[in-house]
Amino acid sequence: MKITIKRYHPHFKPQYKDFTYEIPQNLTLLEALEYIKESIDNTLTFSKGCRSGVCGSCAVRVNEKEVLACEYKIEDGDKIEALNFIEPIRDLVVDIKKPLKTLKIAKTYLSKPNEISMNEKDEKLIRKQSDCILCAACYSSCPVFETNSNFLGPFALSRSYRYIADKREENKKEKIEAVISNGIFDCTLCGNCTVVCPQGIDPKRDILMIQSEALKYGYQNPNLSNFGSFGLDF
Amino acid sequence: MIYDVLVIGSGGAGLCAALSAKEIGAKVIVVGKSYPTRSQTSMAQGGINAVLNEEIDSIESHIEDSIKSSKGLCDKEIVEYVCKEAPLVIKWLDSIGVPFSRNGNFIAQRRLGGAKADRACYAQDYTGLKILHTLYDNTIKEDIEFLNEHFLLNLIVENGFVKGATFLDIKTSEVKQILAKSVILATGGYSKIYKNFSTNSSQATGDGIAAALRAGCKLSDMEFIQFHPTSLKKSSILISEAARGAGGKLIDQNGNRFADELLTRDELSRKIFEKIEQKNEIFLDITHLGEEFIEKNLPQERRLSIIYEGVDPVKEPIPIKPAAHYTMGGIDVDKNMQTNIKNLYAVGECANAKMHGANRLGGNSLLEIVVLGKLAGRNAALSSSKNYIEEKIYEQSINDTNFIKGVFNFPNKIDFYEKREFLSKIFYQNVGVKREEMGLKGVLSVVRQTQREFAFMGIKDRSPLYNTNLVEFIEFGNMIELSETILVSAISRNESRGAHFRADYPKQDDNNFLAHTLTWKEDGVLCADFVKVKDNA
Repeated sequence: MKITIKRYHPHFKPQYKDFTYEIPQNLTLLEALEYIKESIDNTLTFSKGCRSGVCGSCAVRVNEKEVLACEYKIEDGDKIEALNFIEPIRDLVVDIKKPLKTLKIAKTYLSKPNEISMNEKDEKLIRKQSDCILCAACYSSCPVFETNSNFLGPFALSRSYRYIADKREENKKEKIEAVISNGIFDCTLCGNCTVVCPQGIDPKRDILMIQSEALKYGYQNPNLSNFGSFGLDF
Repeated sequence: MIYDVLVIGSGGAGLCAALSAKEIGAKVIVVGKSYPTRSQTSMAQGGINAVLNEEIDSIESHIEDSIKSSKGLCDKEIVEYVCKEAPLVIKWLDSIGVPFSRNGNFIAQRRLGGAKADRACYAQDYTGLKILHTLYDNTIKEDIEFLNEHFLLNLIVENGFVKGATFLDIKTSEVKQILAKSVILATGGYSKIYKNFSTNSSQATGDGIAAALRAGCKLSDMEFIQFHPTSLKKSSILISEAARGAGGKLIDQNGNRFADELLTRDELSRKIFEKIEQKNEIFLDITHLGEEFIEKNLPQERRLSIIYEGVDPVKEPIPIKPAAHYTMGGIDVDKNMQTNIKNLYAVGECANAKMHGANRLGGNSLLEIVVLGKLAGRNAALSSSKNYIEEKIYEQSINDTNFIKGVFNFPNKIDFYEKREFLSKIFYQNVGVKREEMGLKGVLSVVRQTQREFAFMGIKDRSPLYNTNLVEFIEFGNMIELSETILVSAISRNESRGAHFRADYPKQDDNNFLAHTLTWKEDGVLCADFVKVKDNA
């Protein structure tokens, strides 16, 4: 079967070019990329790691949808390209530095741990969010970046909620303050992130949860009046 | 710029070391070839051992189990230290935010192979992932400086002291030197020599150990490589020991059980390998545990099995085989994690602190990286004042710059990807679960031939920009360097002990081999010797 890869090299002209490769059946996309690199073209450039869906290295887009290359079974005619909204380096490799900076801004850590111990129910509240592998698939799927490159983005906000909801966090206010600007109220609630997350995390829900927490600290959604009616479709 | 502590490798061991060095005021930088959350630690599933309830378990029992599994090759002092620290580090991990699974109000624990009690604390089957990510979040909180996508080339050593290290900036192919008063290697193991017959990440290529060997460090017990009994048949992806701990059964194609599922990993791997050699197919059966239990406790196992094997473990037994999983050997360190080069430390899978000996227990490696990672960080920070660093361009840096330039002009007459593939296959067959002299010597001659051919290999990709062809070529160089140490060690040890099983010497021989295998280089030539273990009585 054939797959097409949109390749990129900033020193070449044109910088972007589509290449089609003939590959064996029944491979994961990562296996296909390795096959191409080792036996067709040594210059194909991509990131890889655990090949079992936990290290978050190999997220790319297939037919414009974000997937982990190691978990995706290729189909004839698939078109592969790098993640969106993240500076490309070469071929399928993007520079994850800037997306990771959002974690610092959003203060995604226990700021002031208390002495309260977590029970089974408390742990369940943050179980899914803490499954995040930082693959940035959600970041690439988020349309807010088309207009606001400083948006914190879905993974940082889900991680923020993971610490806001953590029973052991004493200083929830600091956490919420950190995600107001370019954060929870800038999300359009389109739900793309929820659809593409390979770990089944629901950042849209987590963002809504922070919004309602934020109300308790006096932060109102500044866009709410634009929606016409309260609550709309959620 | 001169740092107090340079941590090389950003997995669990490296992050713990960095956090503890920073805590006592050291100026720290962490340099890694990838990103922290992409490291091997993310793949650890089963758990982290600690005795939390003295009514059902005891620290003595944890020590005893670890010593027993090590088959005489551990250092009792280290094992005692790690097991005693274990409850304290679980408390610490809990306090910095690790979301351990709970059983009611308490941290949940489960039993792994070789343990007398339910001792492994876990976070579903994402224990390593959640510990690693929480550590990473804390490095952000503590403003730890990172330099990612920089590949370790060599250590800079002068007059017996480490002065820093040289790195390939993967984005530009430039060589950079980073100077530091203390250096900690936390670069992981070398299981990827077995490539497709390993459960590990493609990053586990032993780069730090190879650099240490070239710098004059002694390596120890390199022949001890743990095979995990239950990796997926097609992809070698790990199915956690937690599946057996929860009651999973090993069966052959006729549905017959043939082994006690809670035997240690080495014993079980051999039994499975023998059955497969006799043309049987082996499966891990967890169907009787039921969908609800599997979804709650082993969700990742289920998903991996469906994606990579096309089998839903709720409905059908999972096809498995043993695969290289963990390397007990590594850079020889003392009880302070110090190598034989002054101010150079090593910790985690790249080091041999003699915690695991001839066979590691499940749940003891996450424990080791946290306890000993913190120890290494502290010791490196405290000793940094004893080293003086001259700020200059070191010779190593010039040599490595020339080497990288040279690689771009290597003739590339021999394809290293083919050689890498071939080597992994003969390693699995001859340097795997079962070994014998003829096979080992055959592989050694192939490895030495491959070393001679290295300069005739090379890269096709001539771009300096993010050249993964170049990185993989250097990784391959490191692997063939370490392969020789594994083989020389395995050939010298004419006995069977733990993970090292010699079909031609099937018995443990304490008279001659209750000793650590040391390998090191003198003027480029590999030397080997045994050193008797400290009295563990």
